[in-house]
Amino acid sequence: MRDVAIVGVGLMKWGELWEKSIRDLCVEAALSCFEDAGNDKIDSIVVGTMASGLLTGQEHMANMVPDYLGKKHVPAMRVESACCSGSQAVRTAFMEVASGMSDCVLALGVEKMTDVSGNDATYALATASDQEFEAFHGVTFPGLYAMMARKHMEQYGTTREQLAEVSSKNHRNGSLNPHAQYPFPMTREQVMNSTLVADPLRLMDCSPITDGAAAVLLVPATDAKKYKKHGMVVISGVGHATDTIALCQRKDMLKMEAVTLAAKAALKMAGKTIKDVNFAEVHDCFTIAEIMIMEALGIVKPGQGGPATLKGLTALEGKFPVNPSGGLKSKGHPVGATGVAQICEAVYQLRGEAGKRQVKNAKVGLTQNMGGTGGTSVVHILEAK
Amino acid sequence: MSIPRHWREIPRRYRLEAGKCKKCKVINFPSRLVCPECGGKTFETVKLSGKGKLDTFTIIRVAPEGFGDEVPYAVGIIDLKDGVRLMAQITDCDPTTLKTGDKLVAKFRKVQEDGKNGIIKYGYKFVPDVGV
Ligand SMILES: [Zn+2]
Repeated sequence: MRDVAIVGVGLMKWGELWEKSIRDLCVEAALSCFEDAGNDKIDSIVVGTMASGLLTGQEHMANMVPDYLGKKHVPAMRVESACCSGSQAVRTAFMEVASGMSDCVLALGVEKMTDVSGNDATYALATASDQEFEAFHGVTFPGLYAMMARKHMEQYGTTREQLAEVSSKNHRNGSLNPHAQYPFPMTREQVMNSTLVADPLRLMDCSPITDGAAAVLLVPATDAKKYKKHGMVVISGVGHATDTIALCQRKDMLKMEAVTLAAKAALKMAGKTIKDVNFAEVHDCFTIAEIMIMEALGIVKPGQGGPATLKGLTALEGKFPVNPSGGLKSKGHPVGATGVAQICEAVYQLRGEAGKRQVKNAKVGLTQNMGGTGGTSVVHILEAK
Repeated sequence: MSIPRHWREIPRRYRLEAGKCKKCKVINFPSRLVCPECGGKTFETVKLSGKGKLDTFTIIRVAPEGFGDEVPYAVGIIDLKDGVRLMAQITDCDPTTLKTGDKLVAKFRKVQEDGKNGIIKYGYKFVPDVGV
């Protein structure tokens, strides 16, 4: 396998972008990525989107993207793993470059979520759960994560205040991110006083509905010097694992085994342990998710995610910053774009281009993206070289 | 939801039929073609007891389409005596009084309906097991 470098990243300000279509979002992110790389000659495209069909009526995004990007005839494919679709696109592009099949691959993630009503968006998201044995009974995604939250609170003594600090910390970071959908601070009290959605989770425990796209450009590391002079960033590890689709079928629903296994594989490939990692971008679709992911990644011991968050371990200035970008909570969660945007943030951090939210001495970063209630997880290790 | 999609699930939704693996004896609900425990491919159809304990739950306050009239309602994971864990609504009680560990029993109820003229989808819900 060849070593793979990221020579371009492209993002935009996310939000409710009513004036932009799904094709506009894709092209804007890709052009911004080409600009960053100083190159627009690509061999191949991988598009990650969870539900373009349900949310916009448009499937065949693997045809739409090259066409509207002015890249007619370039091969393109679409990958889907619910909210993990974005990092699947990056992983697929990585495999294409590492294998020698292609020399310059664009991985693009997108979701256009606000063209439909809240009800229809909820329906589209719920298709990531088991339709016949979960969604059929009227459970929502906040509801599924709420069940994990209740169990975590009862088993480990995790508190409402600890959950709220995840959201509050991510909003503090997101307030420093020009791409964030909700770039403002949020106190723990505001989180704890927000509307109950699914006990014990409240509105401000939940990531929002967002329109957005993100793109990265992957090349063999030996070619990286041909592109614009940024600090060099390589993908040194990739891991991917799955679990049962239905939450109730896991022996221990608090373990998030797909996260642990994906991280183990990625760290092994990179020849690193979690102790070598300086910061992480993780899938905080709900506050409880970030706590459980910290535990599954081995940043803290099981049950310690809540107390460690409250003590500031994962704050920007803490020992192990988590979600310096603001996470899904503040930055927004256009589901198919999220995994790619996590990679963009890791690249900004490793290049030292993250501005006011720069993590000090960032040399090794980890990104963790998740589909469903933890049924799919992809982990990437990125390093500054 | 299409009629065949619901019709196909009737043995599970109406009668709580599960597949007991002939090789490792584990009961799978829903039944599958491959046993996730041992890889076995032969099963015996068994009916679940419908009795168990509440493992965890939530109270849905913001409902998906078709469930809006029912909020707030409880959905939980129930550990059945048969070794099966499943997800269902918990009804016939004030959801705020529920506690994990509560004894529950399955009942046949209406779960959804497809608008005014669509099919009515029945299935299992759980209620507090008061021993009668
Ligand atoms: Zn078996």
